[in-house]
Amino acid sequence: MKKRGKIKVAFFDFTGCEGCQLNKLNLENQLLDILEHVDIVEFREAMDDKAEFYDIAFVEGSISTPECVNRINDIRRRSKVLVAIGACATNGGINSLKNIHDIDEVRETVYREHKYLFPTLPAMPLHAIVKVDYKIYGCPMTQEEFLKVFKSLVMGKKPQQPDYAVCVECKLKENECLLQRGIFCLGPVTRAGCGARCPSFGQSCIGCRGFVSNINQNASIEVLKRYGYSVEEAVKRMNMFNVTEMKM
Amino acid sequence: MGVNLDINVHHLTRVEGHGNIVVNVREGRLERAYLEIVEAPRYFEAILKGRNYKEAAIITSRICGICCLGHQMASLKATEEALGIEVSEQTVLLRKLLTDGATIQSHILHALFLASPDFVGKSSVFAMIGEYKDVVAKALKIKYVANLVSEVVGGRAVHPITPVPGGFTRIPESGELKALREKIQEIVPDLDFTVELMRQLIDSIPNFERETEYISLQCDDEYALYDGDIYSSDIGRVPVEEYKRMTNEFVVPHSTSKHCRANRESYMVGALARFNNNHEKLSEKAQRAAERMNLKAPCYNPYMNTIAQVVECVHCAEDAIRIIDRLLNCGLKDEKPDQEPKKYGRGIGATEVPRGILYHDYIYDRKEQIIKADCIIPTGQNLENIDYDMRKLVPEIIDEPREEIVKKLEMLVRAYDPCISCSVHMLDVEFVE
Ligand code: SF4
Ligand code: SF4
Repeated sequence: MKKRGKIKVAFFDFTGCEGCQLNKLNLENQLLDILEHVDIVEFREAMDDKAEFYDIAFVEGSISTPECVNRINDIRRRSKVLVAIGACATNGGINSLKNIHDIDEVRETVYREHKYLFPTLPAMPLHAIVKVDYKIYGCPMTQEEFLKVFKSLVMGKKPQQPDYAVCVECKLKENECLLQRGIFCLGPVTRAGCGARCPSFGQSCIGCRGFVSNINQNASIEVLKRYGYSVEEAVKRMNMFNVTEMKM
Repeated sequence: MGVNLDINVHHLTRVEGHGNIVVNVREGRLERAYLEIVEAPRYFEAILKGRNYKEAAIITSRICGICCLGHQMASLKATEEALGIEVSEQTVLLRKLLTDGATIQSHILHALFLASPDFVGKSSVFAMIGEYKDVVAKALKIKYVANLVSEVVGGRAVHPITPVPGGFTRIPESGELKALREKIQEIVPDLDFTVELMRQLIDSIPNFERETEYISLQCDDEYALYDGDIYSSDIGRVPVEEYKRMTNEFVVPHSTSKHCRANRESYMVGALARFNNNHEKLSEKAQRAAERMNLKAPCYNPYMNTIAQVVECVHCAEDAIRIIDRLLNCGLKDEKPDQEPKKYGRGIGATEVPRGILYHDYIYDRKEQIIKADCIIPTGQNLENIDYDMRKLVPEIIDEPREEIVKKLEMLVRAYDPCISCSVHMLDVEFVE
């Protein structure tokens, strides 16, 4: 039943691991607060209901089959605002690693003689098919950023998101630089907003939030070369999450 | 006599991933009953080819957001075995602690968020909030604490950061573990409450039985979750190296995910299989919880899987506290992972994830890159069993109203807690060289 005045919010998932969906369920108590202000009208993973129109559609996962293309077009038509969430939706994510192989060979590898049963496209971010109004980056997207964007949109404001490198956040945390410790790290080219989560736990940044928008890919590869990494290695590391963003 | 019935539940809700239930009855005769898997394939095996050993667990954890920890564990074990990398006792304890947390979080999500709306006749957990606010609040609390385990030890709840081949990139501090212990203590009464709630709802669980083969890990000294040999209720213990004989994957036309069978037409993995095989090794409290909810081994009612999950939550909370005490007593050592490969070759990692036994099998070349990968996922193993259950169930309930039949079928599939999003990535895994 429609409750008048409440904003209608829906969640959709395409090809992905549902980790981003899970992070929403992990919002625990905030989830209950949010529910007081909006109507969740569709959320297949958690509920049975379906709806016709959405004020805000949050979409997870990448586009990887012809059926996905039709479904995202349909969702776009019904949505006032469409938000891509997570690496899969914003830049193809891990799924797009398959794009660096010959797509027919990939299908053959996995399905052999059955490969014609399952039509497949190269994995694409949502913006390759439809207009995307906002993006929440990360694999998985962080709850903090999701809440921030969600609240801004509910209040009719434009969400503010950082567009500088993870290194900046890493410095603010006073972590010892991994590159200087001899560990490969993509912090210099990756979009901040996660609070340099991985370097803070001693693990290199693997670029899950995509590149900062003004990235000079060649210059950053030069930097990595200075620390002793080959171009080949740098590119390979970069494409774990960013195949669709690579300019070389 | 003469009943016609066509059921097609398109995009089953409240499960992980995309699946359809298809049932046809013609003139009282069952023609088709199966779970159709329509999830878009993601080709993980092809993706793994050529990746470095330090990337394998990072990539495979993205197979599934819910079982991400299990995929990391199986992946790390396979890599370590292939490369001759050894881990310390502290590493094993921390991994077991992570496993306990991940098990609780997934089971509670399933039992209280996805399955219990069926028990109380609601369409979703959101619809439960009014009448069952305390249940939802307690479920959220338990899940929060379970996630805290992965956050403190693993650096993040979804796709943990710290577990790497050879150990951890960061060891938690003793203060953090003490605080975590207190939090886990706090949810013990909430788990009690959950057991009591399930006891009261037990009548809404359909009375259906189909005896089958139950497969899980098993070990001598504890309730096997992180490690153990393969155990089948039909033939006993089998070494992990022989997992292919215990899975025998095959293709069916109605599923993008392969099916499995071992010693008969189908088998079951997951909480109920583990309970049936290893119930004596559960903590005393967990055994009492099982009794209270009327779960007795061997139990042949697949719907009771949800109840077995709640039992395991009780066990895992106690186990987590025990592990933390042990770690604190021994004193945490700031170990750095030893990541130096000692050899190159094949390694198989088997671990229990919430939905059942999971296998990763890799072959590495001398450049420390994967040349062949094979992963067999619990849901894929259960799919054939689900189809057989449906074929037995439909004739038994055919005279009931259509909605009731649909509901019971949906509940059946949900009881398996299928993680369709992972099952489908794991089709054939041979790499053509
Ligand atoms: S972005 Fe990462 S966490 Fe989110 S769905 Fe994709 S793989 Fe999962
Ligand atoms: S540090 Fe890098 S890889 Fe880690 S969460 Fe942040 S952007 Fe993603």
